Amino acid sequence: MIYLDLFLAFFRIGLFSFGGGYAALPLIQDAVVTGKGWLTMSQFTDLLTISQMTPGPIALNASTFVGTQVAGLLGAIVATAGCVAPSCIIVLILAKLYFKYKNLNAMQNILFGLRPAVVSLIATAGVGILFTALGIGTSLDFIALGIFALAFLALRVFKPSPILIISLSGVAGLLIHLIKPLI
Amino acid sequence: MKQLSLKTYLKLFWSTFTLSAFTFGGGYVIVPLMQKRFVEKLKWVEEEEMLDLVAIAQSAPGPIAVNASIIIGYRIGGVWGALASILGTVLPPLIIISILAMAYAAFSTNEYVAAVLYGMQAGVAAVICDVVLTMALGIFKKKNPYSIAIMLLSFVIAYFFNVNVIFVILGAGLFGLAYGYWGKRGHAK
Repeated sequence: MIYLDLFLAFFRIGLFSFGGGYAALPLIQDAVVTGKGWLTMSQFTDLLTISQMTPGPIALNASTFVGTQVAGLLGAIVATAGCVAPSCIIVLILAKLYFKYKNLNAMQNILFGLRPAVVSLIATAGVGILFTALGIGTSLDFIALGIFALAFLALRVFKPSPILIISLSGVAGLLIHLIKPLI
Repeated sequence: MKQLSLKTYLKLFWSTFTLSAFTFGGGYVIVPLMQKRFVEKLKWVEEEEMLDLVAIAQSAPGPIAVNASIIIGYRIGGVWGALASILGTVLPPLIIISILAMAYAAFSTNEYVAAVLYGMQAGVAAVICDVVLTMALGIFKKKNPYSIAIMLLSFVIAYFFNVNVIFVILGAGLFGLAYGYWGKRGHAK
């Protein structure tokens, strides 16, 4: 049955993709291109392009993309459910343990070590995105740098909603694109 | 976990829905967005606890955005809260990709779409830098040399040596355990 197949294939992807983001890529390719033949390699490349232009984790984007191709909207829903099911089970177990034992000394000590490390992990991801957005290391993009600087300043000074800032940055990108040929 | 009003569940759903719709550029982007929404704006979670929840989200398999939503939903509203926030997280990609799967050829070559995305990428970078700066200042303000050392060291290890995040998490947790055991005899606060 195709729905069960979809569910199980994405359950495995959800279960074995540690480290997030692009760590899931080889798993997805293995399951949907090599394994089941649900997508051709060129469809898989299209999926990557779309994933980069749309919000959401790549594993979820893949669930919907493959599900739709194979079995329509219901396929997309089933594949998405399969993809998040392992997270639901494992995270809820870890959450229960955390809330039950978080006041133990040993747990306090572990968390004492973890907190600064988490800040660094977020910073690591941030530096990667910053370098790509501004072209640092390739060719510095002064327009992107300008948008970044204004957005950063606005965030520090006025503390607006980040969604507002991201949207305004998108509008700025569009305006600059429209004005550019006129200068 | 207390029972919450329907309104709170809806707010939780709507929060994760809008955050998920703006998570451009990979899973970690949702963490700063959540920090801003749940810690700074709604004040449902404290900053220190937020870091714990992110560490747990990172320790489980699956997309970090999904894991972080589940645990924050659970923290705020128990299993029903987790359900509300997971629905909010998976719906935007489900809707957007369903539509785009049909029309992606026109979408991916459109110059205006590309221009908007180009600007948004710079905006996303600014949001992450803002949150990282706030969090890092929080660690520095506590003036605990061990915390500061863990932060700097794990950045070097993760960024320059590309060590898998699982090992960074494990290492930092073990260090905390050892520090509490030998360093301060059980109290690491």
